[in-house]
Amino acid sequence: MAGKTLYDKLWDEHLVDEQPDGTALIYIDRHLLHEVTSPQAFEGMRMAGREPWRRLANLATPDHNVPTTKKERLGGIAAISDPTSRLQVQTLNDNCADFEIRQFSMNDDRQGIVHVIGPEQAITQPGMTVVCGDSHTSTHGALGALAQGIGTTEVEHALITQCLVQKKMKNMLVSVNGICAEGVTAKDIVLYIIGRIGTAGGTGHTIEFGGEAIRALSMEGRMTVCNMAIEAGARAGLIGVDDKTIEYMQGKPFSPEGTFWDSAVTAWRKLISDKDSIFDRVVEIDGTAITPQVTWGTSPEMVAGINGRTPTCDEMTTEAEKTALKNALAYMGLQEGQKIIDITLDRVFIGSCTNSRIEDLRAAAAVVKGYKVASSLKQALVVPGSGPVKQQAEAEGLDQVFEEAGFEWRQPGCSMCLAMNDDKLGEGEHCASTSNRNFEGRQGFGGRTHLVSPAMAAAAAVAGHFVDIQSWRYK
Amino acid sequence: MEIFQKHTGRVAPMDRINVDTDLIIPKQFLKSIKRSGFGVNLFDPIRYLDEGQPDTDNSNRPINADFPLNQKRYKDATILLARKNFGCGSSREHAPWALLDYGFRVIIAPSFADIFFTNCLKNGLLPVVLSEEQVEQLFDELAEKQGYSLQVDLEEEKIILPDDTDMHFSLDPFQRHCLLNGLDQIAITLEKSDKIKEYEKQRSRSHPWLFADVSGHI
Ligand code: SF4
Repeated sequence: MAGKTLYDKLWDEHLVDEQPDGTALIYIDRHLLHEVTSPQAFEGMRMAGREPWRRLANLATPDHNVPTTKKERLGGIAAISDPTSRLQVQTLNDNCADFEIRQFSMNDDRQGIVHVIGPEQAITQPGMTVVCGDSHTSTHGALGALAQGIGTTEVEHALITQCLVQKKMKNMLVSVNGICAEGVTAKDIVLYIIGRIGTAGGTGHTIEFGGEAIRALSMEGRMTVCNMAIEAGARAGLIGVDDKTIEYMQGKPFSPEGTFWDSAVTAWRKLISDKDSIFDRVVEIDGTAITPQVTWGTSPEMVAGINGRTPTCDEMTTEAEKTALKNALAYMGLQEGQKIIDITLDRVFIGSCTNSRIEDLRAAAAVVKGYKVASSLKQALVVPGSGPVKQQAEAEGLDQVFEEAGFEWRQPGCSMCLAMNDDKLGEGEHCASTSNRNFEGRQGFGGRTHLVSPAMAAAAAVAGHFVDIQSWRYK
Repeated sequence: MEIFQKHTGRVAPMDRINVDTDLIIPKQFLKSIKRSGFGVNLFDPIRYLDEGQPDTDNSNRPINADFPLNQKRYKDATILLARKNFGCGSSREHAPWALLDYGFRVIIAPSFADIFFTNCLKNGLLPVVLSEEQVEQLFDELAEKQGYSLQVDLEEEKIILPDDTDMHFSLDPFQRHCLLNGLDQIAITLEKSDKIKEYEKQRSRSHPWLFADVSGHI
C-alpha cells in the first residue's frame, strides 16, 4: 500500500464520521473570526437558540475595517469615522461578549490581520485543522496545518458543532526544484506558480508545496506561498513540518509547554508526506528559472517577469482568452506587448496577510534605506500585519527608515489590500502592492493593482516605476 | 435553507472567465451585518457606471447599457449562464446572497471556485457544472433567441432545453438531498453529537495540548 500524503494524514486524524458516499465530518481544532464574515453567523446562532460547541477553540479579531491612522485608531471603536465600519467592529465586540468568545480587540497589542496573528501567537499550530471565514486561511498551512477558508454558513456550523461537512479533496504537489536566484522571494515563487497553473489550477485539490526552493524559505516566506494557494484555486495549501517549523513554534505565547511540548513535537515530526505517497497531480517547477514577478492584469495569473512584457493577442489560443486579455489591458490602461519596467506608479502599498510580517518589512526597509520615494508618487504606505510586527519593526528602527524615505507608517490591519477603510486607490491609479489580489476595483473603484514582493514594491516606490530588484544598489 | 427541486426561468449571460467575488459584490457592501439587500448591488462595478455606496438610492445611478442584466431581454432572469472558474476569490457568502437576492436560483458554468460552490449549496442557489461545449451551445442559443428559458430538474439532475433535449449534470448526493429537502445541516451534524464528543475524548488523550493550552493561556 502506498504511503500517505500530509493531507491524507491531517484528514484521517480529524475524521469524526464518514458516510459511504465519502461525505465526512471533520473536526475543527481552531476557528478564527473577524468582523466581516461573522455577524450573520452569530445572528443565525442566536435566532436558532444555539450555543458555541467549544468556546475556547475560537479566537476573534477585527482587521478588515479597522482604521490605520493613529488618530482614528486611538479613539477606539467610537472614533471610527465610517458608521458602517464602526457598526461592524462594534458588532464583533458585542457578539464576542455575548457568546464568551476570546477577542483580540481593536486596540489590543496582539491585534492584527487574522492570518498574521494566528501563527505569530501559536494560536494556530502544526497538525491542527483551522477554519476562518476568509479565503486566505490557507496561510496557516505553512505550519503543516489543514487550514481552509469558509463562508458564513460554515462559520455558524463550525461555531455550533466544531465540525465541517466536507468531501476529501484531491492531492496535488507543486515541487519547486533548485535554489532561486538572489532577489527572488516567496512572493515571486508563488506568483510564478500561479502564472504557470492558472487561478483554477488547484481547484478541487489541496496543494502541498515542496522542493528545495520551498524548504529554503523561512516560515514567513512559506506563509506567503500558502497564503496565495487560494489564488491558484486551492482551498488549502500545505508545507510539511521540518526543523524550521518546530523552531518557529518554540516559545510563542500559545505554544504547548513542558511535557505537552515534547509530545507535540513528536506528533509534529510526522507531519510530512511519506516518501512513497502518491499525488493525483504533480507540477514540477524549475526554481532557478524564476525571476522577480509583476502582475500586469486583473487576475493573479496575469503575471510576467520584471524584464518581460504584457502578452499580445496573437499569443492567446482561445477567443475567451483573447477577450480576457483585451478587457484586462483596457482596465489596466496598458498596451499589448508593453514592457513591465515602463509601468509608472501612483501609489505603493506594503502590507496584507501575504507580506506584512517582520521579514517583509525588513526587506522593504533595506531597499529604501537612504533613498526617497519618487516625487511622482501620491502615496507610499506601510501597514504592519499585527501589533507585535509593528512593535518589532519600531524596535529595529524600520519605521524611521520608512518615514525618512517618505512612506507613511500605519497601525495594523488589512488596509489597502481590500480598501474597506479609507486607504484606497483613486480611479485609474496604478499601485505596486504586496497583497494577493489584483481584481478589478479590489483596492478602490477603477484602481489598478500590480502584485509584487515587498522589495520590488519598495524599489518601485523609489523609482516611480517598476525596476529589477536584482540590479538594485543597496545603500 | 430554501428547498430546491425544479426551476424554470429565463437565462441571462455572464460572458467572462474568472468572474471573481469582488465583481459579484464589492467590499463596500460587505459592511452590512445582514444577509439581505445585496441584490441591487450585484455586479455593481460593471452594472453601473459610477461607484456604488451602501445605503444609497441606486435608482438614479448611471447604468451601463451594455451589461446584460440592464437589457430588457434579460429582465427577470433567474438562471445565470457563466464561464469557467466562476466565483473565484474570497469566501464572502455575500456573493451567493447577492445573486439570490437579485432573483437568481441557478448558475450554470463549466467550473466554479471551491468555496463559492460550497457557499451556493448552503443557500439554496444551485451551481450546475456542464462541459465547455454544452455551455458554449447554451451561450449560442441564448444569443439567438429572445426570452430564452431553461428548466432545471434537480431530482433528475438534468436541464431541459426549449427544444426538449436535455443535458445531464451531477451533484454530490448528500448536498442534493439537502437541497431537495431544504435541510438544516447544523441540525444534521448535531444529531452526531455523541460521535463528536467521543472524538474529542480520544483526541484530548492523544493530543492534549490541542485542548489544554488555549484554556490555560487566553
Ligand atoms: S489582508 Fe487582504 S487578503 Fe488578507 S485577510 Fe485582509 S483583506 Fe483578506
